[in-house]
Amino acid sequence: MANIRTMTFDAVIVGGGGSGMRAALQLAQSGYKTAVITKVFPTRSHTVSAQGGITCAIASDDPNDQWQWHMYDTIKGADFIGDQEAIEYMCQTGPEAIFELEHMGLPFSRTEEGRIYQRPFGGQSKDFGKGGQAARTCAAADRTGHALLHTLYQGNLKNETTFLNEWFAVDIVKNSDNAVVGVVALNIETGATVYVKSKATVFATGGAGRIYASTTNAHICTGDGIGMALRAGFPVQDIEMWQFHPTGIHGAGTLVTEGCRGEGGYLVNKDGERFMERYAPNAKDLAGRDVVARSMVLEILEGRGCGPDGDHVYLKLDHLGEETLNAKLPGILELSRTFAHADPVKEPIPVVPTCHYMMGGIPTNVNGQALTVDAEGNDEVIEGFYACGEAACVSVHGANRLGGNSLLDLVVFGRASGMFIEQQLREGIELKDASEADIEAAMAGLNHLNNSTGGENASVLRAELQTIMQNYFGVFRRGDFMQEGITKLAALRPRIKNVALGDKSNAFNTSRIEALELQNLFEVAEATAITAEARTESRGAHAREDFQERDDVNWLCHSVFFPSDKRVGKRGVNFNLKTREAFEPQIRTY
Amino acid sequence: MLNVSIYRYNPEVDSEPYMQDFEFDTQGKDVMVLDVLEKLKIEDPTLVFRRSCREGVCGSDGMNISGKNGLACVTPLSDAVKKNKLVIRPLPGLPVIRDLVIDMSQFYAQYEKIQPYMINNTPAPAIERLQSQEERAKLDGLYECILCACCSTACPSFWWNPDKFIGPSGLLQAYRFLADSRDTATEARLANLDDPFSVFRCHGIMNCVQVCPKGLNPTKAIGHIRDMLIRTAT
Repeated sequence: MANIRTMTFDAVIVGGGGSGMRAALQLAQSGYKTAVITKVFPTRSHTVSAQGGITCAIASDDPNDQWQWHMYDTIKGADFIGDQEAIEYMCQTGPEAIFELEHMGLPFSRTEEGRIYQRPFGGQSKDFGKGGQAARTCAAADRTGHALLHTLYQGNLKNETTFLNEWFAVDIVKNSDNAVVGVVALNIETGATVYVKSKATVFATGGAGRIYASTTNAHICTGDGIGMALRAGFPVQDIEMWQFHPTGIHGAGTLVTEGCRGEGGYLVNKDGERFMERYAPNAKDLAGRDVVARSMVLEILEGRGCGPDGDHVYLKLDHLGEETLNAKLPGILELSRTFAHADPVKEPIPVVPTCHYMMGGIPTNVNGQALTVDAEGNDEVIEGFYACGEAACVSVHGANRLGGNSLLDLVVFGRASGMFIEQQLREGIELKDASEADIEAAMAGLNHLNNSTGGENASVLRAELQTIMQNYFGVFRRGDFMQEGITKLAALRPRIKNVALGDKSNAFNTSRIEALELQNLFEVAEATAITAEARTESRGAHAREDFQERDDVNWLCHSVFFPSDKRVGKRGVNFNLKTREAFEPQIRTY
Repeated sequence: MLNVSIYRYNPEVDSEPYMQDFEFDTQGKDVMVLDVLEKLKIEDPTLVFRRSCREGVCGSDGMNISGKNGLACVTPLSDAVKKNKLVIRPLPGLPVIRDLVIDMSQFYAQYEKIQPYMINNTPAPAIERLQSQEERAKLDGLYECILCACCSTACPSFWWNPDKFIGPSGLLQAYRFLADSRDTATEARLANLDDPFSVFRCHGIMNCVQVCPKGLNPTKAIGHIRDMLIRTAT
């Protein structure tokens, strides 16, 4: 190939977080030539920030626990647009995946019997909602994501996975059959661009919480995989579904785990009232996250917020006692003292709903194969292209994810993708080589940026984008507001395309990376905006003032956003359970 | 206005590193050092540093802040500013790639040397391996390491022998596996460390303990490894 170096692998995984490293581990163990492209050293990925735990029916807290109950909770939590086949697979396979992690050394907290410690989380029940609160979230204190991510990195070291650390994937390379045959990637340290050619390209690129001004997400959560997929003309699914976590630290946005409420903490308004008792009489503070977040916003809007501006509520933990807090929630004590200047042992933490998780993403089947929808509405596999973790929409979270299910999603489907690709590789994958023009096409965006003259500062444009998303596409949404937001985004597109590159050097140029990330953020934001406006109902995290009811007649389906004509289509929800009859939609209360 | 002095070096244009002064308006707020860097980068897009989680768990933004290694995202100005001056340099002792970004290869190589993964070749049970709460408690203060390198790059012994002395971070991790009741490779792990440099270059200076942003104590862990090595020798 002219001008650009090529590196060839059997499988390449873009993203070194939990799902990417779980997929990589599977492939490395199989002996196939596998590389992980990751823009940060793997243990700096955002999985590291997950706190409370990984939900799974391992029957430690309750020996009679059943994965079917977890499946029911997840389907209900998803407000019935999660794919039941995928949820069944996740909940049933989960224990195996958890025990593997434990065998790899994950330092789970323990029960008196020496088993893995499980704590209660929101939306959990026994006996299909009839047996009261369950405690199903496996935890390593309140640092479960850190423990999990480091364990997976260690497992990959043991199996000698190739890591391309601090490399940034720029765009997808497609061949003339519209199949994915790798990515163009940039070595951040040297500025060199390389065509990373692969028979299987797995996007494990995580979320994009940075489209909002207030988010629990790391700086690096910029939806790079979603941006690349959309630029390549591939659709995304349920991208309007964004989870606002009830407890982000007011002002800072940093996450305070739901495990705080699982351990007995609760929310109060300015009158000291435990207001969740009014909104969710049974589950109270452990209702679904969407329910709790909306209740908090209503308290604030109705004048019962705390602080001088009445713009947050309090999370009370002091009644749990210092000993419990030190043992169960040590990381939260540290975060609260640092970012809220509040010591939870003595005083409540000021919290506010904060953008946390992208339920939507690249549509896939349970094997991680990325899908598109043909003209007749049938699923069609995109050859060579896979996704897992937050970047994917498999879809186990539907319209609202349950706490602790993201870590399970990423290990179960990272593993499933790896196993499926291994099998495909064994059977033989034949994909046409990319032509020079195909590779050039994937270089176009980067070349445009490198040749830019003038333009506006990336940080300024990013702030503008985040403000639009925060103001027009937040916890509560309204059609006319959203249309205004879409108009503003349209005006922002050319400005972001022509973003300034104030640093043209090659050595560790983070300004170039930030400009590319901004363009990815924009693609995610626009897809979110257009799809949110199109879904004329309220379901899960998508709450509309102008369409307050769930509309199962028209919207018991996935939304699919097609980037080429910015069209919103629909895709059926999978109701095909293998082990029992499907769970029919019911009214969702907690 | 706060005076911020930052180490600058771009290998493509600078023949040698230099300190550059910036003015920063704190607006009376006690923000984090990372917030200052982010704002300054808007003014000067060529300023380069690593960052990710911005909450002290990913370990990206270890740097030398007014003379002390720490994480920029959890170091408030009130802890770092002396006489209205904030001085930011890369972590010392490792090669600088650009500005505040260091080449951490040697640090990671030492981590890899201790075989930082569970070794247990007995057949795995169908469920988890059991571990008592007391056994698990032995991992507290060890597994929380975020590989930020603040400790190892504050250690004079590591400065001298970054290729031979494992360094506080790697040794903390070595002990994390030695202390784990589920790991069965204790003998091999100790044998791997049993030379004059890997462990015994630690002179108990305790800079590591002083700078660890997670409040961990590598010196104590190294002491435990020494004891184990001495016990196996006799």
